[in-house]
Amino acid sequence: MAQEQPTPLERFIQGILPENPIYRQLLGMCPTLAVTSGMGSAMTMAGATAFVLICANLLVSIIRGLLQPHLRILVYTLSIATFVTIADRALAAYMYDMSKQLGPYIPLIIVNCLIICRCEVCGSKQGPAAALGDALGQSLGFALGLGSIAAFREILGEGLFFGFQTLPEAWPGWKIMIMPPGAFLTLGLLLGLVNHVSARRKAAGEAGN
Amino acid sequence: MTEEENVRQEPRETRKGPGFLGQAWLVLTLSICFGAGLAAVQAKLGPIIQKNKDNEMLSQYTLVPTAVKGRFLEGNKDVVEALDAGDKLVGYVVKGSGVGFADKVEVLIGLDGRAETITGIFVLSQKETPGLGDKITREPFLANFRGIPADGNLEVDKKGGTIVAVTSATVSSETVTYTVNRAVREFQKWLSTEKKE
Repeated sequence: MAQEQPTPLERFIQGILPENPIYRQLLGMCPTLAVTSGMGSAMTMAGATAFVLICANLLVSIIRGLLQPHLRILVYTLSIATFVTIADRALAAYMYDMSKQLGPYIPLIIVNCLIICRCEVCGSKQGPAAALGDALGQSLGFALGLGSIAAFREILGEGLFFGFQTLPEAWPGWKIMIMPPGAFLTLGLLLGLVNHVSARRKAAGEAGN
Repeated sequence: MTEEENVRQEPRETRKGPGFLGQAWLVLTLSICFGAGLAAVQAKLGPIIQKNKDNEMLSQYTLVPTAVKGRFLEGNKDVVEALDAGDKLVGYVVKGSGVGFADKVEVLIGLDGRAETITGIFVLSQKETPGLGDKITREPFLANFRGIPADGNLEVDKKGGTIVAVTSATVSSETVTYTVNRAVREFQKWLSTEKKE
């Protein structure tokens, strides 16, 4: 038979750091750059994406036996679009101000490659337990990635964290951090840092052997 | 031998794949189920979302100076009466909408008690270009509409008027200007008929 499929626990752990959606897979770059100007919007986006990812992955996993190869992408997109619509309406009903702040980026979760990628790689091939583990791990990794960039941008850009004053009032606030250039700069720097650290670790591991 | 081979091969050649329904039944079933699910979600959440939107409009009584609360006009969700502490009418907040560069633009316009002065505007919703057209939601563009006469003939500076348009966002700026004009004129017409009664 084909090679051993990862267990649910392995899927979960892989998603957090080793296969982190932002720093390793470089997926979902659009929301990463757009909504990370503050921790509040970043975490809301992470939560909405988690909801869609978990529901879509579970659904695809349950119906994986019925999928036609040439229609599977259509089924993925249909499911993802439905769950995103539910998430969008729920946000507009229960977190109206945040919904207005996030604007078009919640509906854009539909085209977040991360979700359709997990459906294809894991949901369509493994059972619900593995799909759930994968979705949870990737969601956590996505939240970690968004949070790291948002923390950077909010603290340096406004001296706030989740809206609370973290740096002294005297901090001038680097306005560029809140604007798109700041997003690109932060992502680039943090990505470089992650690559550097993992390269060092790999070299150390090889040296140890 | 050859005949057997031919017989064995024929079924494979003439066997047709599943027809349209055989292939599409899953997609069709999912579509129907999702559609029903979303309809249920809309039925449950629609009223809550509408309430949020109403509250947002009511909270814009602040467009009228000296007002401390707002209340919808009887049976008219497009107009909010701005009241002071003694429940006296001090102004109105009128909703207008127009088609912007990208999509619909909704604007709230603060008017004084006699609808003769525009006290300010607030852009309720827009989908204009981020960084360009969406500057209509911020200063200094909003300042164009603070304390100006409500003559319904505002024009952007490019066409010789008083409204300083956002650079590189003329269409968005014009949309807001003409939306304000239209809403103000309609409201003034309505107000004059109300007063006559």
